Amino acid sequence: MNSAPISRGFHRRPRPAAGQDGRVPPGQHVVQDFPVLSAGPTPHTPLPEWTFSIRQGGETLRSWTWPEFQDLPAETVTVDIHCVTRWSKLGTVWRGVAVDSLLDQVEHTAPFVLAFCDGGYTTNVPVKDLTSGQAWVAFGYGGQPLDPEHGGPARLLVPHLYFWKSAKWVRGLELLDRDQPGFWESYGYHIYGDPWREQRYAGD
Amino acid sequence: MAGTAVRGRLSWQTASVTSVTSETDSVRTIGLAVPGWAGHQAGQHLDIRLTAEDGYQAERSYSIATADSEPVAITVERLDDGEVSPYLTQDLRPGDQLELRGPIGRWFVWDGSDPRPLLLVAGGSGIVPLRAILRHRERSGGDVPVRLLYSARTLADVIYRAELDRPGDGVQVSYALTRRQPPGWTGYAGRVDAAILAEVAWPAGQQPLAFICGPTSFVETVAGNLVALGYPSAEVKTERFGGT
Repeated sequence: MNSAPISRGFHRRPRPAAGQDGRVPPGQHVVQDFPVLSAGPTPHTPLPEWTFSIRQGGETLRSWTWPEFQDLPAETVTVDIHCVTRWSKLGTVWRGVAVDSLLDQVEHTAPFVLAFCDGGYTTNVPVKDLTSGQAWVAFGYGGQPLDPEHGGPARLLVPHLYFWKSAKWVRGLELLDRDQPGFWESYGYHIYGDPWREQRYAGD
Repeated sequence: MAGTAVRGRLSWQTASVTSVTSETDSVRTIGLAVPGWAGHQAGQHLDIRLTAEDGYQAERSYSIATADSEPVAITVERLDDGEVSPYLTQDLRPGDQLELRGPIGRWFVWDGSDPRPLLLVAGGSGIVPLRAILRHRERSGGDVPVRLLYSARTLADVIYRAELDRPGDGVQVSYALTRRQPPGWTGYAGRVDAAILAEVAWPAGQQPLAFICGPTSFVETVAGNLVALGYPSAEVKTERFGGT
């Protein structure tokens, strides 16, 4: 770090910093807009065809239709989100169902989850990172239904990990005995993705 | 899905600026000498880290603009309210040093072994990784047919225009100018839409592979239209950038 070359003439841009202290992980910068990162086209699943399932070993343990999902207890949460492409957005407001409420309805002891989505996208998260009020399946953003380009009708919301873990267009959770890399994790991104430890890429 | 190669940590290393080339009023290509660079694939990106005199550091990601067989270069567009891009495009000089690490990303890449026809669709500076694909194809003697559709505000905003105006054999380049067209313009005018894509894109029956890079709304429109034209989602690779 001490040997980093100095870029003369480069300096920090004054930014509105009120309330940002300690909220922006290393290597991140705060944005006001809401950029999008996706590997392919945005899927559009009609709500009558939408389900959310918890699976294990090829078996569906529990499944909800869209109306059933809307009947689950929902929460409004305000969280900071951090994308591996280096933007952070502070104080985002979401509405969704806590993953605790979903996993409470199945019997399991699995330590890992592979979230699966429309479009074939997957991401892996340890169960301990999805429980204790740390994660949601969100279907509202900023008081509105979640836009398809931001993952609607529903996306995973795991704000303490890099935002690719908050899988868009999520359709369920596969319970696993062993950790298994998901989509971006198979293409060079970190298996866990803690922004505070800058776990961006494999090996970080 | 590709297997996961076991790799070590991507380390920050010091690179030297070898050249700064003006592409448009607001875009510069920065050539970099990177000791021990292990090579890259067309479409990958790298991270740049700048350190100010007071120790403040900022990091950003940029697509690599060159083929694997060429020295590393990035192409940067100045964003007037940006923190890093004004420095890179206006202050940086040959001989300056900066830190980088990479290459990064193994999804939005093309290594030349895939025989399918390529459809490349760029919005603005989204041309950069697609240009790397074109150069890789040319330098590796590739002969897959390519169609490139490039949307820019005006002709003066077209990056790499000199080389895109002389495409190699089997490469067809189409421009769509959204804001202003020169007199006698025979290319497309206006935003890329379903009608333009229906004309330019390979028919889905030819099993093309599509790469789209540009601002979010552009990528959303193009990707959605390609799916409507029958492209399987898995054959449409996208990379988007926000205004950061």
